[in-house]
Amino acid sequence: MLSRVAESIYWMSRYIERAENVARFVDVNLHLILDLPGGVQMQWDPLVSTTGDDEVFAERYGHASREAVIRFLTFDTENPNSIISCFRAARENARSIRENISSEMWVQLNDAYLMVTNTAEEWAMEEPHQFFTDIKVASHLFAGQTDNIMSHSEAWHFCQLGRLIERADKTSRIVDVKYFILLPSIWDVNTPFDDIQWGALLHSASAFEMYRRTYGLISPNRVVAFLLLDREFPRSVLYCLSKAEESLHAISGTPLETFSNPAEQGLGQLRSEFAYAQVQQILASGLHEFLDAFQTKLNLVGDDIRKTFFAPRPVNGESADTQSQQIIG
Amino acid sequence: MTRFDGYNTDGFFDEMFSPDGSARPAVQMLVERIESFPEGELIRRQIAAEYALLRMGITFNVYADEQGIEKIFPFDLIPRIIDANEWEWIERGLKQRIHALNLFIDDVYHDRKIIKDGVVPADIVLSSERYLQQCIGLHPPRGIWCHITGTDLVRNSDGQIYVLEDNLGCPSGVSYVMENRQLMKRTFPQLFGMLQIQPVEDYPSRLLNMLQYLVTDRVMAPKVAVLTPGIYNSAYFEHSFLAQQMGVELVEGRDLVVMDGFVHMRTTKGFEQVDVLYRRINDDFLDPTVFKQESLLGVPGLMDVYKSGRIALVNAPGTCVADDKVVCSYVPQIIKYYLGEEIIVPNVPTYMCWEDTDRKYVLEHLDELVVKEANGSGGYGMLIGPHATTAEREEFAQRIKHNPRNYIAQPTLSISRVPVLIENHFEGRHVDFRPFILYGEDIYVLPGGLTRVALKKGSLVVNSSQGGGSKDTWVLSGHS
Repeated sequence: MLSRVAESIYWMSRYIERAENVARFVDVNLHLILDLPGGVQMQWDPLVSTTGDDEVFAERYGHASREAVIRFLTFDTENPNSIISCFRAARENARSIRENISSEMWVQLNDAYLMVTNTAEEWAMEEPHQFFTDIKVASHLFAGQTDNIMSHSEAWHFCQLGRLIERADKTSRIVDVKYFILLPSIWDVNTPFDDIQWGALLHSASAFEMYRRTYGLISPNRVVAFLLLDREFPRSVLYCLSKAEESLHAISGTPLETFSNPAEQGLGQLRSEFAYAQVQQILASGLHEFLDAFQTKLNLVGDDIRKTFFAPRPVNGESADTQSQQIIG
Repeated sequence: MTRFDGYNTDGFFDEMFSPDGSARPAVQMLVERIESFPEGELIRRQIAAEYALLRMGITFNVYADEQGIEKIFPFDLIPRIIDANEWEWIERGLKQRIHALNLFIDDVYHDRKIIKDGVVPADIVLSSERYLQQCIGLHPPRGIWCHITGTDLVRNSDGQIYVLEDNLGCPSGVSYVMENRQLMKRTFPQLFGMLQIQPVEDYPSRLLNMLQYLVTDRVMAPKVAVLTPGIYNSAYFEHSFLAQQMGVELVEGRDLVVMDGFVHMRTTKGFEQVDVLYRRINDDFLDPTVFKQESLLGVPGLMDVYKSGRIALVNAPGTCVADDKVVCSYVPQIIKYYLGEEIIVPNVPTYMCWEDTDRKYVLEHLDELVVKEANGSGGYGMLIGPHATTAEREEFAQRIKHNPRNYIAQPTLSISRVPVLIENHFEGRHVDFRPFILYGEDIYVLPGGLTRVALKKGSLVVNSSQGGGSKDTWVLSGHS
């Protein structure tokens, strides 16, 4: 397929996944606030950290109030990672490759975009749960149509690649940010509040119920293990890396466990690191350091994907920012 | 009669109603169906249709807007109906016209017999800005130049249908023909069971078939692509729609590269050869090494590959010479010369400003005539005399005197109207009609077409960029 088309499909899929993730963790935090014991102040700035936009936010808004954070993450058209910007970018990408995706996928994405742009901000602030649910459902419908209508050929694999790499990144950021806020203080251990907070972290990745079925009682180590290392939960980092690797190899035709380009090499190494990791070792050596290194490596994989498939003749001096799309032409 | 009570044809030719107010035979069932709807039902269906267009993203971009804001192409749900007898005549006329035009284009780039025989003045052809020196002596694949044409037809107050222009460049609108039809099937499902409406849905198959036919004598499995200027082009929806419906790649200039004498696409797995390009960019922008140097839309070296016969371009570069409005006015003579036949569907009578007698007449009757630039389009660069101010007429008089070759004039036609739904009642609005013709193994006229309607009251300009909308066009089969 055309390199330009592959790039647009990859980013279309990434942006939709990004919007869904933002919707989910904002929603979870809005719920969490309802259960906070009196006198405890809700921290809103960690939400901004999960999209990695702390500096931009501080510049534009200053203090992280509930309204400011929600606005920044949902309707702020100047924030490239807000929900509305993600849908706009996804739709622009889809528009440029409309001949490659089914009409149903296009209509679904267009519907979602119109829904977000036509939603009055006041209403979304008042009924945030409904609004964020609509966003998640829109993303799931799109993913479902992609799976069930589109041939599982090269274009579909680029969709998968974009979605899974975005999801691995976001799950790791949610764990990274929340883990430190949630480290139990002496007063909270074994209180209902402790349990609720860890539960909220799981909810942020839609992982609560699946976690329960796997581990039962909530313990911090197991929550981290589940979100990073579970082999079956579709939002765990290891699962995302494994499936992304499969798609990458389906695209190139290279057998798994071998590699024909830097992207396959990097992703294979990263997946192995997770496949053979133990949560105790990760925690002992420092979770934050581990996740920070992971995000750097994942960015490198994203950049290698771009160099390998989208820009066969790299132009000198191009930056390697893989968190947002390179605008060409 | 209830819904149409108070509907007035105002002395114009109305496509639905006779001057005495009775419905024309072909539309009777439609009128009965509309009469049977409860109050408010039609407007409900109209709103539903518009919403469907928005959801499907069937929009065009407004050039002036830097954000590339999209608007729905306004759609009116009352169809324009053409009966079988009239259609049979139109179809014959268009086939005759395209057949002759293709012979003409080929001739003017080769032996110029028609010029040598004194039928069309050499000046007129060779001075046209659309006559491309680079195409002299070229042999397009299968000898076809004008593969896709969207001829504009209008009906005058006396009921006579005329050809307004041919649009041999990159005529737009066929995607709306198909999408409008889909909407109409949802809006009036019962009528499709009652009337014998000819289908238009096979257009993409016929288009693909034509495109492949051009090279199947030398390529086994030809690779076809649609070349678009990109998502900010006003017809981008159509480009992506046609590529999607044909199942071919939609490419931009930057996706293509000339290598080893062939045109290739840049793919994730290297380079892939392209055999046929349905290009939706104008001649001028095709190849910056041959035409406009600043063009970023085209492909450097494309014309060399084309000249060597290793790629088919649709339509062939140079075809637009026959779109020049001065050249176009010779079509009756062109048909007579090549086919020995009289023209079936006539041209709008045309005054040529380069001829002294015609120019004198035009300058004296500017308040009655429509003046057009030889190569203007989209409703721009024209003067509608009766609606113009004295200053505007004076300006055009100067322009004509300064460059007479560049202007033609035509009588202001009183073009026909059809009812459109305005809130809860009907009003007459002027329409034109653009059928689409494909020239491949044979010449095919799609039974239907784009009926464009000037939605502004009293307006004669049907272009979407200037307040025009569209209607579905139903061509009936079976003679009445």
